[in-house]
Amino acid sequence: MEDISREQSETPPLLAMRDIVKQFPGVRALDGVDLDVRAGEVHCLLGQNGAGKSTLIKVLAGAHQPDSGEVLMNGEPVKLATPTAAMKLGVATIYQELDLVDGLSVAENVFLGHEHATMGFTRRGATMAATRKILERLGHGEIRPTTEVGRLSPAGKQVVSMARALSHDARIIVMDEPSAALAHDEVNNLFRIIREVTSQGVAVIYISHRLEEIREIGDRVTVLKDGRTVAVGLPAKDTPTNTVVSLMTGRNVEYVFPPRHVGGFGDELLKLENVSVPGMVRDISFSLKAGEIVGLAGLVGSGRSEIIEAVYGARTYGGKITLNGEVVKPGNTTRSVRLGMGLAPEERKAQGLLLGQSIARNITLASLDRYSTFGWINRKKEAEEAAHLVKALDIRPPDPNRIIKTLSGGNQQKAVIGRWLVGEGRKLLLLDEPTRGVDVGARAEIYALVRRLADEGVGVLLVSSEVPEVLGLADRVLVIREGRIVREAIAGELDEHTVLDLVMDAHPVSAPSHD
Amino acid sequence: MTEVNPQQVSAPKADETAPAKAHAATATPSGGGGLRLGRIGEIPHIGLVVALVILAVVGIVTVPDAFATTSNMVSILALAATIGVITVGATFVIIGGGIDLSVGAVMALASVWATTLATQAYGPWVMMICAIVVGTGAGLLNGFLISYGRMVPFIATLAMLVAARGLAQRMSDRKTQLVGADNQAIVDLSTTRVLGLPLLVYVFAVVVIVGWLILNRTTFGRRTYAVGGNPEAARLAGINVKRHTMMLYALSGFCCGIAAILIMARTTTGSSTHGDLYELDAIAAVIIGGTLLTGGRGTIVGAILGLLIFTVITNLFILNGLNTSDQLIAKGLIIVAAVLLQRRSLKAST
Repeated sequence: MEDISREQSETPPLLAMRDIVKQFPGVRALDGVDLDVRAGEVHCLLGQNGAGKSTLIKVLAGAHQPDSGEVLMNGEPVKLATPTAAMKLGVATIYQELDLVDGLSVAENVFLGHEHATMGFTRRGATMAATRKILERLGHGEIRPTTEVGRLSPAGKQVVSMARALSHDARIIVMDEPSAALAHDEVNNLFRIIREVTSQGVAVIYISHRLEEIREIGDRVTVLKDGRTVAVGLPAKDTPTNTVVSLMTGRNVEYVFPPRHVGGFGDELLKLENVSVPGMVRDISFSLKAGEIVGLAGLVGSGRSEIIEAVYGARTYGGKITLNGEVVKPGNTTRSVRLGMGLAPEERKAQGLLLGQSIARNITLASLDRYSTFGWINRKKEAEEAAHLVKALDIRPPDPNRIIKTLSGGNQQKAVIGRWLVGEGRKLLLLDEPTRGVDVGARAEIYALVRRLADEGVGVLLVSSEVPEVLGLADRVLVIREGRIVREAIAGELDEHTVLDLVMDAHPVSAPSHD
Repeated sequence: MTEVNPQQVSAPKADETAPAKAHAATATPSGGGGLRLGRIGEIPHIGLVVALVILAVVGIVTVPDAFATTSNMVSILALAATIGVITVGATFVIIGGGIDLSVGAVMALASVWATTLATQAYGPWVMMICAIVVGTGAGLLNGFLISYGRMVPFIATLAMLVAARGLAQRMSDRKTQLVGADNQAIVDLSTTRVLGLPLLVYVFAVVVIVGWLILNRTTFGRRTYAVGGNPEAARLAGINVKRHTMMLYALSGFCCGIAAILIMARTTTGSSTHGDLYELDAIAAVIIGGTLLTGGRGTIVGAILGLLIFTVITNLFILNGLNTSDQLIAKGLIIVAAVLLQRRSLKAST
């Protein structure tokens, strides 16, 4: 709020949004948002989940119409009535789940919807040439315009999305969590591209949960909270983290980790002997004790998720994996669940949830047999257990019959973990990116929950892209690179810098092309 | 399509109570199901009931002396029974994220197999068991190809549709096989009446009620919604998705077997031409009933109401002496209207 006065004296900003209000049934998603973006800057948009970032982007993209407020471009009022209108005005949006068509070529994707064509026939030569030109401008002349997009790595797809934005002569490119699917070295490349376009006068609106990234790439920061702008145009490089976090939350926390377990752990629970997954994991051995949290640190594509999937029996593997001495059979998750494992998968929505169903039904999904006799569900017992867990995990709103789609990421994640806490007897929890897309407040709750479970004797195998999370939550850390364990240590003996160095090493991870 | 036997029935005395009872039998589950499923599930059902009432009013106004008679109500229910049983199976398959195009052909095959001279020699019980075994077997094969052969449901069941129809033609030499004089017990399902209703209507009611209970009160039903709504999440929650999918098609085949018994009872024949295009009627009924073709959401009550709407329309057109082509046009329009209305109510609720 503090520096609205300043920019009035200068030339009007490239984009100015004033007092934008958007009301949905039951929710005021935007309640007076201001945003101003200058040409050639990287403007970061920060806020917890539910702060209104996605709605604001959709207003900008022309997908939502604001109920009130105005949008100015170069000082002129404009109306972003439809996505096409927004695009014509030079606003291009790159969504998190890049909306590319896998079966089409790079060039076809770049010019999708505005093909070079005569009488409906595409002019292939012109399209190819134009695509090549844009890719070169992005410093990615090595991507061939004829390549099928489905064959590209996530980073390659990101480049194509960017090229597509530029093909529209975008003046403003909105990027929603562009780094979420990228490995560390790929993020650097993304930043290089962003610098490339901003140097040509294009403005980038950059949305990310990762503060470090914002420090590195951002120029200015706008912070949203509960549908309102709480700070405009903060300098991205040197606003203290505390300030930013407290603006977002009203609290002074970023990562709050519960205290570690003191004393020893229980018996050996999980044991991997010479486990390999073709192309992904090579000859890994380690074990995990009851009550212990073991963290796997590594880049996307390092094999860490494959290890978790193999342990869960969701993937074929070579070698031997045992839980309490019982062999884990590949391809038989039913058996793994019966042995006492539970998984909170990486893609919460795609792999974890029944989005259209209630919190209660999502929680009880894996343990229906507990409430049933010969397949007949005792619905009273089921409802009691679900209500109990909703309360115990502090899932908000505390209504077991609420459709889970309407919950925030953090509360959805609590329900996914809660699924494995029905009754006693869960021995091993596998958590793959448990706090992805989860806001700061709910993170702390999830950390506390995981630690509490470990204290009760549950073993936890944790995978996270966020090194501080692994270091802060785990008792022991395994650093994974290119499918191997390159370092094993007590979490307290490692620091973020060391782990990052190990993870990246001198040689970048050889591109996992078939992915 | 399906020709009615406008049975000139000597209607028994209990004319007032019988239709009311029949309605109660099919409608009771809707109360319980609607409440538990919440507002979303309730709205389309109300729409369907209203549509049915409107059709009834149209019937009473246009053909006052023919529509609202006991015999007409009985013939509507008898007509609905066969496809109705198939629709229950189809509802499971579609909620489970699949589709079964082979239902009509499998029913025909089951009816032919059960009425071959060899089978008929063993008497009516073996004939009925034969129909059910053939239906279930074909369903299992569908399910096996889809689950373990990783075939797309549309293609696997399309292949079954063609092959089952062909096998039925071969077995029967394209002749209509009569149910023999010794095996009239099967035909009794259609002619014996309890409280004014033929037995086959009770079979239909039992299948609907049992189907509703399985879908809403058992782990099998709950897992069906999970498998259809998000197969990957279901698998990672420890559900054996492949086996479950196979069971869904087996269940659909089982229903086809029962339907085969009902059609043998109604027509006193087994024939390779039975059930032509039943798959489309069944799928349409399921969709009108608010079940998503993408899986994970739907109800049996809705599907049965959808089917009754279809059957009443057929009945009205026949009673009014209208063209069957117009009847098809009307059905097409109803499918479109129902889906459009449901989309609106779905949007309003989210």
